[in-house]
Amino acid sequence: MLRMPKFKVLNPATVAEAVDAIQQVEGSRFIAGGTDINPNLKHRLLEPECLVALNGVEEIFGISQTEFGLRIGAMESLTNVETNTLIQQLAPGLASASRQVSGPQLRNMGTIGGNVMLDTRCKWYNQTYFWRKSLGFCLKKDGDVCHVIKGGSKCVAAASNDTAAALSTLQAELEFANAQGSTRIAIDKLWQADGIWNKKVGPHDLLVAIHLPAALLNQKGSYKKLRDRNSIDFPLLGIAARLKISDNIVDDCALCVVALQARPWPLDKASALLIGTTVGSDAFNEALKACCAIAAKQCRPMPNIPGDHAYRHAMVPVFIRRAILSCLD
Amino acid sequence: MRVFHLKINGDTVDVAAPEHYTLLEILRYELGLTGSKQGCDKGDCGSCTVQVDGVPMLSCLVLPSTVESKAITTIEGLAVQHRSDGGEGASLLQNAFDAAGALQCGFCQPGMIMSAQALLESNATPNRDDIKQALAGNLCRCTGYTQIYTAVESAAKDGGENGCS
Ligand SMILES: Cc1cc2nc3c(=O)[nH]c(=O)nc-3n(C[C@H](O)[C@H](O)[C@H](O)COP(=O)(O)OP(=O)(O)OC[C@H]3O[C@@H](n4cnc5c(N)ncnc54)[C@H](O)[C@@H]3O)c2cc1C
Ligand code: SF4
Ligand code: FES
Ligand code: FES
Repeated sequence: MLRMPKFKVLNPATVAEAVDAIQQVEGSRFIAGGTDINPNLKHRLLEPECLVALNGVEEIFGISQTEFGLRIGAMESLTNVETNTLIQQLAPGLASASRQVSGPQLRNMGTIGGNVMLDTRCKWYNQTYFWRKSLGFCLKKDGDVCHVIKGGSKCVAAASNDTAAALSTLQAELEFANAQGSTRIAIDKLWQADGIWNKKVGPHDLLVAIHLPAALLNQKGSYKKLRDRNSIDFPLLGIAARLKISDNIVDDCALCVVALQARPWPLDKASALLIGTTVGSDAFNEALKACCAIAAKQCRPMPNIPGDHAYRHAMVPVFIRRAILSCLD
Repeated sequence: MRVFHLKINGDTVDVAAPEHYTLLEILRYELGLTGSKQGCDKGDCGSCTVQVDGVPMLSCLVLPSTVESKAITTIEGLAVQHRSDGGEGASLLQNAFDAAGALQCGFCQPGMIMSAQALLESNATPNRDDIKQALAGNLCRCTGYTQIYTAVESAAKDGGENGCS
């Protein structure tokens, strides 16, 4: 049995009420599907006095085509994202990544917004208070050392959100609201390389919607995920790919990796190699090899999450290849 | 304390409970509905699965105030529904689990059945893959799953066109 810490819950009905509610008590947190924050509360990784529940805020639901492209309300469940025909057609890599998050019940509850805003993960951190106390606390919560990098002064807990990689390849724009108004941030600009809090917005910024630009929709996309079991498990490594192919030539390519370090990592140097090659040609095959090799050089898994990090490293080129080739199926 | 207005297994109930209680804690400790099991208590095992408006969710991670306007169905509600539809005893799916020997310790069973029931309601003729997908969030440490899949298949067969209640 894992008890929650004591808190009160506010249930706003509008974005304005939500951004107001979150400021009423210092340290309050939003709760969407609760599938990340609730286990973390039970582990005493945070102890806010107040939670602001977003399930009643209608404005932040909905999946629709807009002038800009595609708008996905932050509160849409991962099940809705995965099964939505617009997303399946226009952003297949995102549908695939959503389908591979945790297990069915968690996807019914967990939201795409909560997935973007997911806390980073580490095998020394996602543990009960008792467990962490026995070992000695770490930088991310209650302590002053890192158990992953001895003598390290920076937390390297891993960004483990599957959909963030796919959203990066689609150059998603994130719409936030706070007491000052509303802002839009490109997803690749959201992150900072700090495992304690890996985002440039704060916990009081409300993610309203995710906007996918029309120019990158309706292309090939895939997400390949390394994990022990084919369900429930967080990624040990996740690779998203987007390919634009015209007349059998790779016009554009984007790759992004998660579950390595504190932030999702776009692999621009690697993906650029494929651009301009004809699918199936010798040049394409050579470029694919070089792309996998560069990615393997750039990606350095750390012993921060479960799974042998040397094995995770060895799987980088394998999963890059699979992600790209499955765009060509 | 907060009063939660909940709709559980067809009954409307007002429950006064600490605000930080989970739905699972309300069900088990305030209402005595101990059919939903408290396994891992953190989303890993599926033994606490209930349906919220027919959709399987993990009650150990649900805040009750977020499901106040929704219909919550627990394992106890299946037989209630079955009898109000004119049946006797337990539901067809529950009987199928029994007949197939789809349990050893039984701890995972209520959660398995709640996930499987939701599948059968949306797909009356699931194949083995559909069943595996639908039960991919429910762990069983005893059976090896085969009899569980068989039980769902046989319930689907017996339920036929009428679905499975
Ligand atoms: C057993 C288990 C397995 C899991 N496996 C995976 C996995 O494989 N891959 C994966 O990516 N995730 C996994 N998860 C984590 C989680 O289920 C998903 O990431 C889910 O998408 C989180 O969404 P949520 O709505 O439940 O978030 P919540 O738990 O409600 O919130 C998560 C965080 O985001 C913040 N937040 C939520 N919504 C907003 C918003 N609109 N604006 C601002 N902040 C917000 C919250 O304050 C909180 O800090 C797993 C969880 C469990 C328990
Ligand atoms: S990376 Fe280091 S500081 Fe960060 S959670 Fe893990 S052990 Fe703690
Ligand atoms: S008790 Fe809820 S998932 Fe295990
Ligand atoms: S029968 Fe024991 S856990 Fe499934």
